[in-house]
Amino acid sequence: MSARTHLHLAAEIGGPPHYDAGHYLRLAELAEDGALDYVTLGDSFARPGLDALAVLARVAPGTDRIGLVPTVTTTHTEPFHVSSAVATLDWVSRGRAGWQADVSTTEAEARLFGRRRAAPPAALWQEAGEVADVSGRLWDSWEDDAEIRDTATGRFIDRDKLHHVDFAGTAFTVKGPAIVPRPPQGRPVTVLDATTAPAREAAARHADVVHIRATTPEQAAAVRDEVRARAAALGRDPAALRVLVALTVDLGDVETTPEPGLETGPRLAGRGTYFRGGPVDLADLIARWHGSGAADGFHLTPITPERDLERIVNGTVALLQHRSLFRTFHPGGTLREHLGLPRPASRYATARTAAKGA
Amino acid sequence: MHLAAHFPGVNNTTVWADPRSGSQIDFSSFEHLARTAERGKFDFFFLAEGLRLREHNGRIHDLDVVGRPESLTVLNALAAVTERLGLAATVNATFNEPYELARRLATLDHLSAGRAAWNVVTSSDAFTGENFRRGGYLDRADRYVRAAEFVATARELWDSWTPDGVSRPFSHEGPQFTISGEFTVPRSPQGHPVVIQAGDSDEGREFAASAADVIFTRHGTLEAGRAFYADVKSRLAAYGRQPDDLRIMPGVTVVTGDTDAEAQELAYEIRRRQVSPQNAILAAEQVWGTDLSAYDPEGPLPDFDPVPDSGITQGRVRHGDPLETAARWRALAEAKGLSLRGTVIKTTARQSFVGSPATVAAELTAFVDGRAADGFILVPHLTPGGLDDFVDRVVPILQESGAFRSAYTGSTLRSHLGLPEPVWKG
Ligand SMILES: Cc1cc2nc3c(=O)[nH]c(=O)nc-3n(C[C@H](O)[C@H](O)[C@H](O)COP(=O)(O)O)c2cc1C
Repeated sequence: MSARTHLHLAAEIGGPPHYDAGHYLRLAELAEDGALDYVTLGDSFARPGLDALAVLARVAPGTDRIGLVPTVTTTHTEPFHVSSAVATLDWVSRGRAGWQADVSTTEAEARLFGRRRAAPPAALWQEAGEVADVSGRLWDSWEDDAEIRDTATGRFIDRDKLHHVDFAGTAFTVKGPAIVPRPPQGRPVTVLDATTAPAREAAARHADVVHIRATTPEQAAAVRDEVRARAAALGRDPAALRVLVALTVDLGDVETTPEPGLETGPRLAGRGTYFRGGPVDLADLIARWHGSGAADGFHLTPITPERDLERIVNGTVALLQHRSLFRTFHPGGTLREHLGLPRPASRYATARTAAKGA
Repeated sequence: MHLAAHFPGVNNTTVWADPRSGSQIDFSSFEHLARTAERGKFDFFFLAEGLRLREHNGRIHDLDVVGRPESLTVLNALAAVTERLGLAATVNATFNEPYELARRLATLDHLSAGRAAWNVVTSSDAFTGENFRRGGYLDRADRYVRAAEFVATARELWDSWTPDGVSRPFSHEGPQFTISGEFTVPRSPQGHPVVIQAGDSDEGREFAASAADVIFTRHGTLEAGRAFYADVKSRLAAYGRQPDDLRIMPGVTVVTGDTDAEAQELAYEIRRRQVSPQNAILAAEQVWGTDLSAYDPEGPLPDFDPVPDSGITQGRVRHGDPLETAARWRALAEAKGLSLRGTVIKTTARQSFVGSPATVAAELTAFVDGRAADGFILVPHLTPGGLDDFVDRVVPILQESGAFRSAYTGSTLRSHLGLPEPVWKG
C-alpha cells in the first residue's frame, strides 16, 4: 500500500430532479462550507432532469471555491461541443471545472438522437476515452501566451501558438483548434468512474480523478494499485492520479447506533457501495480507510441530498477537521489546487520548446 | 422600441487595441456588459457563435479578437447575476441535434426563470464541418430545410410535457430527423424559448416569417430597413401570423459625443482604429481573392480584377459580388483621392448612429416610427464598457420621451418583447 496522501472529499448533489437553480446552489454552498474538493451532478438523457453542466454554470457565480463536476455524456454528443462547454465552465467558475465523462448504452437513448444504434459498452468507453483525449488536445490547442495584443504589428494573437489538433478517432475526427482560449486550469479536471473494466481502461489513460467501488479497504487498495500501475504502464505519472472511493450514504435517522452488521463498512448494493450509519461512523470509516492508504479520498452520494449533505458537512467533515484529518478551508482557488494536481503545460508548447532545444 | 446588447464579436468592429479594451473571455467582461444592459432595461443580451476559427490564406486569422466561450454555458452563469434581462445564444442548427439542443435551451429557460432565446443560424461549409462528427456539411439548399425541421422538432419536444407537468412520449419522423422517446425537461417558463433568426437570403426570410419571433438583420439604413421590414412583415400572413408576432431588430453601432461634431470626430477615429493598416490589406484581399501582402496600405488599390471564388478566406460570411465591389471601390478612390486603407475606411465599418445623445435618441425613434425596425441590437466596439455611455446618456432620453420602457413590466423575455404565449400543442 502506498503512502498516505491528503484526504480528498467530494459529494454528489443530484437526486430527484429539481428545476430551479436555488436548490442546487444551496447544496453547492453547503459543500463549499465543508471545504470539500468538489461537487458532482449526475446526468443522463434517459431520465428527467436539467442539463447538469448548465446547472453548475448557473451555480458558479454564487460560489467561490468549490469544484464543479457535471456528468457529460460522450455517446451521442459532439466532442467539439463537449470540450467547448467544459472549457467554458472553467472560465465562468474561474478555474473550478471538471467533468465526469459517461456513456449512453441504451437503445432508448439512441432513439432520442436517431443517428446511430446503441453499441456495446467497450466500444462506447473506447469512444469516451477518445473524447477525453481530443478534449485535452483542444484545451492545449491555444498555448497560454497565444494572445499577444501587439499593436505595433496589429496582431491580436500569435498564430504560431494556435494549433490544429487533427484528431482522428475510431468514430469521429476533429480539426481544431478550439474556439475557446486555453481555460484557467489549462485542462479542466477529468473524472472517470472505473467500476467496469472498459471504463477502468479509459480512466487509467485519461482521468485525473478515478472513482472506484470497494467494500473493504483491502479491495480499495488493490483497485487503486491496479489503476495506478496501468497508468504508469501507459507512461503517466501515478502521483498525478487521485483515486476516490465512491460510497452511497444514508445517514438517515441513525444518529448514534449503526444498523447491526453494517457498522464496520459499506456493503455492495445496487449501483454501488452503500453505507448506512451515523455521521460519526462515516468519519471513522473515512479516517480508517484513508489512514491505511487504501484511497486518496471519498466521493459520497447522499441518498437524500438535502438531509444527508448537511449531516456530512456538519457531522462527518467537522469531526475529520477536528481530528486534523481534513482541511478547514480551501487554501487554493482552483479545483486542481484543491486536488494537489499541477496545472499542465500545453503539449504543443512543450513540443515547440523541445524542438527548439534540439 | 426594443433594445439588445451584442457582446463584442470576433471581427474588426471590436477595437482591441484601445487601452480601455478588456478581456473578451473573462466572465467579468460578460457580467459587466450584461449588468449594463439590465441597468438600461434592455430586452436581451446576445452572444454570437463561430464554430471554426477563421483562416486567411491557409493560416489562422490573427488581426481581430479571436476566441470566445460557449454561449449557453456563459448565459447560464449570467442568469445568476441578472434578474430580468433576456439571454440569447446563437447556436448552429447544422452542427447540433434537436434532442440535445432543445434540452439545453429548456434548461436555460428554467434556470433563468423564462429568459432564454435561441438565435438559429445555419451553416453549409465543409470548413466548419471539419470539427464535427457529421464531418461534412449540408448542401447549401438544405440549410434552412434542416433548420426549419429542427425548430419544429424542438417545439414538439418543448410541448411534450403537459403544462401541469406530465411527461408524455414524443415521436418525430421527418426527412431530417427520426427520433422518439421522452424529453427530460418539463415545459419551461416561456413554454418555448424565444427564437431569433439571422440570415438574409430569401429562404432565410421565409424561414423567419414562418417560425421566428425576432429577426436579427444587417439592414441598418433607413431605406434598406424599410424595404426589409415591409418585405418580411408581408410574408407573415401566409403563415397565419400577425405583423407584431415578429420583431425586426437590425444590428447597429452607435457613437455619442457631447455634440454632434464631437461624435463625428470620435466616429472617424474609431473607424481608423477598426481598419488598421493590416486589416485594410486583409479587407482588400477578401475582395480581390489574392495575396496583397506586398501592397502598401497607404498606396493605391490593385489595378487588376478580383479572382472570383478563390477560397482565400475561410469561415467568414461573404457579401456581394467581388467584381462589383472592386469597381465601386476604385471609383470612390479616384473621386476622393483615397489610398487603399482610406477606401476601406470609407466603405466599411461605418457606424449607424452618430451624434449627441439627443440626436441619436431622435434617430433611433425615427427608425421605429418610420417602420424600418422594431428595435435594435447594439454592437459596441469596446469590451466590456462599450455600452456604458449609451445606457447612461441615450436610454434616459428614450425613456423620457416614452419611446422605451423605464421599468420591466414582466419577468420573461417574451413579455419584454410583447410576444404572445406559444399555444401548447398537446
Ligand atoms: C446579423 C447577422 C448575424 C449573424 N450572426 C451569426 C453568428 O453569430 N454565427 C453564425 O454562425 N452565423 C451568423 N450569421 C449567419 C447566418 O445565420 C446565416 O447562416 C448565413 O447568413 C447564411 O444564411 P443566408 O444565406 O440566409 O444569409 C449571421 C447573419 C446575420 C445577418
